[in-house]
Amino acid sequence: MIDFEARASVGEFRLDVSFHAPETGTTVLFGPSGAGKSTVLALLAGALRPESGRIVVGNEVFLDTKSGTSVALEDRHLGWVFQDGRLFPHLTVAQNLDYGLRRRARPGPARIERQRVLDVLGIGALLERWPRDLSGGERQRVAIGRALLAQPRLLLMDEPLASLDLARKREILELLASVGAGFATPTVYVTHSVAELLRLADHVVLLDRGRVLAEGPAREVIGRGDTPLLATRSDAGALVEAPIVAQRPERGATLLRLGSDEIQIPHVAGEIGRLVRLHVIANDVILATERPRAISVRNVLAASVHRLAPRADGAVNVELTLAGGPRLLATVTQEAVRDLALTPGLAVFALLKSVAIDAPAGMRLLEES
Amino acid sequence: MLTSGEWQAVGVSLVVATRAVAVGLPLALVIAWFLARRRFPGRTLLDALVHAPLVLPPVVVGYALLLLFGVRGPIGHWLDATFGARLVFTSAGASLAAGVIAFPMMVRAIRIALEGIDPGIELAARSLGARTVDRFLSITLPLALPGIVAAAIVGFAVCLGEFGAVITFAASIPGETQTLPLAIYAALQTPGGEDTALKLALVSLAVAVVALIAAEALGRWARRWAARSP
Repeated sequence: MIDFEARASVGEFRLDVSFHAPETGTTVLFGPSGAGKSTVLALLAGALRPESGRIVVGNEVFLDTKSGTSVALEDRHLGWVFQDGRLFPHLTVAQNLDYGLRRRARPGPARIERQRVLDVLGIGALLERWPRDLSGGERQRVAIGRALLAQPRLLLMDEPLASLDLARKREILELLASVGAGFATPTVYVTHSVAELLRLADHVVLLDRGRVLAEGPAREVIGRGDTPLLATRSDAGALVEAPIVAQRPERGATLLRLGSDEIQIPHVAGEIGRLVRLHVIANDVILATERPRAISVRNVLAASVHRLAPRADGAVNVELTLAGGPRLLATVTQEAVRDLALTPGLAVFALLKSVAIDAPAGMRLLEES
Repeated sequence: MLTSGEWQAVGVSLVVATRAVAVGLPLALVIAWFLARRRFPGRTLLDALVHAPLVLPPVVVGYALLLLFGVRGPIGHWLDATFGARLVFTSAGASLAAGVIAFPMMVRAIRIALEGIDPGIELAARSLGARTVDRFLSITLPLALPGIVAAAIVGFAVCLGEFGAVITFAASIPGETQTLPLAIYAALQTPGGEDTALKLALVSLAVAVVALIAAEALGRWARRWAARSP
């Protein structure tokens, strides 16, 4: 577990944050700018000292102001990836990569091998180059590699895509989705981008003005109808994972199993059985109380109303449970709630246009942002 | 060409300036690092003290050195009693006087270079396990190298030209403390010494030009080294 609890002030800004994230997968700290995300990361890293607090990662107490324990930044064994890369300009790519490796190497084979990092990140050909001759995307790849090679127990990422153009964002985001799991290193990822949240998060901590608004497993937090920051956005929706059951490349489609139903989405690469992470935007979900016939919508899913969450803007977020368990979110008007007599427990049909489904989750929002 | 006495003045100048820079530069690096990177009580006082020679008349600086490092001064007395070393009227004393005048310029050049280094780069090094000394040697020093080289060049040039502080503290002893400007002044004070003064002035010019060319080459090398392009 990552147990974090800290109170700190930076100038006028007051921060009082506490969360408990699993020590596996990616924990995303999400919130608008000024929420205190980077401050939390700096506290976690040990670059800032809180007035009071306790920070524990696994079995190691990084900080406990009560007992006076404080492990120095150098000794926390973290890999920190910054928004601007921060490669050492006077060292080659190879020297940059080896900087942490040399200082952190223990006898015996490294847990994270150099060659594998080079392969996964695709930076083997850059070793002799200088940082200033790299593109933004290449620089960020090297920065990620440098952090990984320091054999970190925890990887910290502070908006690593923020300074990249769209094409590079796509590329690095896909890479990051495979890196965390690939190197079995838990990651704490800071972002204000919903796309990155949807693509990467296993666990979510929502922050605003120095406070935690919500926290929990990504699918629960994101799919709820009343989650602060997220539920009233026009791109609010549910996050689901569904295995591929068939590929239909000739019609540009992929079939997935969602609960006990099958759904069709625009083609995504992958072999049968692979899990695809989907983001189903609540505004794109249509509800019906009878199964419609003769309709262009490909995906008609049996569901039951779980909960209604009225929104401040007058619309209503309807949480749905699909046959077989997965949750969806649909945004409807109050008139629709009345006309269809939507109440918890009511059996309904959820209609999803296959082209409206965002898969892999977040990639469409990335393009729009 | 030059008489042996005139060559001596050239030699004294180079020795005095080289020694002043050799001793002063590392000290300037330490002070500049503290001023650029640390907040501590007395920081403003240290800053003012370091910069004082820049605004004081050099003669006053030389006089202050006499008071401190003279045989009866607190530091001078201690040096004499402990090591039997005297600075007043010696070549080392000339270096001290010239070095004190050059010191603020050297600190300034290095400090600007240090402040130009993104603290984020050093933070990144820290997160990769580099401790203070390691980080200073592997990151800060190489990145500040162009500024350090510039400081050495400026310091050397100032030392070559320093007059007031040197003559006040170390006097004008041929072969020992009489640098080129002091020798020129001495020649002008001597009836019929105008030819010598002119010759020495031309030599000063030549030394300055050679030093500047060497400095330019060194500076270019340092900048290239710091930015290391393929």
